[in-house]
Amino acid sequence: MSIKEAVTSVWEGMSITLSYMFRRPITVQYAGPETSQQSIQHALPSRYRGLLEVDMDTCTACQACERACPINVIAIEIEKDPANPKQRVMTRFDIDAGKCMFCGLCVEPCPTGSIQHSREFEASQTNLDNLVLRFVKPEAPALPYRPTKGATAYPRRVLGEITRELIKRWDTPPPPFKSE
Amino acid sequence: MKQLVDQLVVRMGQDPSTWVLTPWAYLIAMMVAGVGMTSFAAVFAGLTSYWERRVAARMQSRVGPNRVGPFGLLQWVADALKLIMKEDLIASSADRVLFRLAPYFLLIATVTTFVVLPFGYRLGVTDMNVGLFFLVAATALSVIGVLLSGWASNSKWSLFGGMRAAAQVVSYEVPAGLAVMVPVIAAGSLSLHTIIRAQGGFPWDWFMFQTPMGFAAFFVLFLALLAEGNRTPFDLPEAESELVSGYNTEYSGIRFGYFFLAEWGNLWVMSALVTTLFLGGWQVPGVSMPQLFAWEQADVVPMWFFAASLLVFCTKVVVLVNVIIWIRWTLPRFRVDQMMSLCWKWLVPIALGCLVLAAATEVASFELFGPSARLQAPLTSVRGVLHFVFFVATGGVPLVLFARKVARNIRLTGERADLGNW
Repeated sequence: MSIKEAVTSVWEGMSITLSYMFRRPITVQYAGPETSQQSIQHALPSRYRGLLEVDMDTCTACQACERACPINVIAIEIEKDPANPKQRVMTRFDIDAGKCMFCGLCVEPCPTGSIQHSREFEASQTNLDNLVLRFVKPEAPALPYRPTKGATAYPRRVLGEITRELIKRWDTPPPPFKSE
Repeated sequence: MKQLVDQLVVRMGQDPSTWVLTPWAYLIAMMVAGVGMTSFAAVFAGLTSYWERRVAARMQSRVGPNRVGPFGLLQWVADALKLIMKEDLIASSADRVLFRLAPYFLLIATVTTFVVLPFGYRLGVTDMNVGLFFLVAATALSVIGVLLSGWASNSKWSLFGGMRAAAQVVSYEVPAGLAVMVPVIAAGSLSLHTIIRAQGGFPWDWFMFQTPMGFAAFFVLFLALLAEGNRTPFDLPEAESELVSGYNTEYSGIRFGYFFLAEWGNLWVMSALVTTLFLGGWQVPGVSMPQLFAWEQADVVPMWFFAASLLVFCTKVVVLVNVIIWIRWTLPRFRVDQMMSLCWKWLVPIALGCLVLAAATEVASFELFGPSARLQAPLTSVRGVLHFVFFVATGGVPLVLFARKVARNIRLTGERADLGNW
C-alpha cells in the first residue's frame, strides 16, 4: 500500500464519478404502466425477452419446450380425445411466469416457433398464483398442429397479443385468492 | 441555551435567580431543544437517504427515485412510513432484551452529539468548555450498540459484522483522537465555538490550510471518521457481498430504520465536526474577528450575521456530506487487514507526528510572534502571506486541476456537460 498509488487512483476515480454528475443518464425514464405501453415496447431491443407466449394454433404438442426447461416452469398435459380415441388433445399448457427465469431455452427447440418471448413485461400481481399463464382452457382442449411437409415458415398470430389478453384476464375480474 | 432562557424570563418581568418557575422554564427549554435536535437529525437523515440515492443513481448513469412527490422528494417519507408499519420481527433464538435495546444505543450516540454541535454564531444547544471531549465520548457509545446488535441477533452474519465494527471503531478512535488535538493545540480550547473563533472566514484562515500539520490532520480525521461511521470504503461491518447486511441483518421494521437514522444522522455529525475543527466553522468571509469583538463589546451583533453564519456553516457541512456520498459511490471496500494496517501503520504515526509538530510550532510561533500568534493573521503580515501561499499550493491549485480533469473526462467521451433530467 503506497501513498502515491492511493492518492493518484483516488484522484482518478473521483474525477470519473464526478464527471457522471454532469452528464445525462443513459437509462430512459419509464413512463409507467398508465401511459403509452405500445411506445415503450417498441423502444425495447429487438431480442428482448419478455413473458413467454405460446400460439396454440401452431403448437405440435412435441413437448420439446417442457423437456428443455431447466426448472420445470412449463406443464403440458396430453390426453386422448374421448370422442375420437386416435386424436391426442392438449388439456393443459401452463407456464408459471412467477418461476420463469427468462433464459430462452424453451424457445430454441420449438419446431414451429410457437413458443416465443413476447415484449410484455408489465405483469405485477398481488398473488403469486395469479402469475400462471394458462394457454389452454380445460373446457376447450387444443388440437396439435400438423405442419405441411417441407414448410419452412408457419403462420403465427402477432407476437404479444395472446399474452396481453391473458394478462388482462388476470386483472378483470381479479382471480380468486387461493388460500392455504 | 441557559442565557436565552434567562433573557426570556427577564423579558417576562421576573428575576431568573429568584423566580419559582425558573427550573421549569429550564426543563421546558431542554425538552424543546431535545425534540428539536432529534427531529432535525431524523429529517436530515431522511433527506440524505433520498439525496444519496439520487447521487448514486447519477454516478451510475441512472435516474434514481423520482416518482414520489416532485423529483421524488417525498421518497424518504414513504420509506419511513413503510418501515414504521412493518412487522417488528425478532428472531426466535435472539436475546430479546438486548436485541430491542441495541438500536437505541446507536441512535443515542448520534443524537447526543447534537448537544454540543454548533450551527452558527451563538447558535447551538450549548457551548460546553469540554465540547470536543463530550462529542468524542458520546460517539464512542455507538460501538456498544453495534456489538450488542451483532451478538443479540444470534446470527453468524450479525456477529461477524458486530465484531468487525467493534475492531474498526475502537482502532480508528486512536488516530481520530490524535488528529483532533491539532486544532485544539492551535486554538487552546476544547470548546467547539472557541475553536471556530480561532479561525477566520477565508480558506487561508482555516486550520486546514494554515499549517501542513493541519492539512495532514484533516485527512487523518476525515478518514478516521469515515471508518467510525462505517461508511465506504470502511463499510466492512455491513459488507453486503459478504455479510448480507452485517450487524443489522436480523432487524426489520422501524428498528432497522433506527440503524439508518443513526448512520445518516452521523453524516451530519461527522461533517459538522470536521467543519468546526478544520474548515472555519461558521466564520463568515469578510467579517474579521476584531470586527466581531467590536460588535460584541457594544452588544450590537447584527441579525444578518447570525443568519449568514448559519448559512455558511450549513453550506460547508452539506458540501462535506456530498463528498462523503461521492466517496461511497467511487471507492471499493477495504479488506480487513488493509483497514487495520491503514489505521495502525499510516494514520496513527501520521497523526502522532502532526501532534508533536503542531505543539512544537505553537511554541515556536509564540516565541517568534508573541501572544498575537493566537489571533487571525491579516494578509499584510508575514504569517498571513505564509498561510495564503500554503492555501494556494494545497487547496487552490489541486481544486483547479481537478475541475479540469473532470471537464476532460466528459469531453473524452464526446459528451457535453448536461444538467437536464435531474
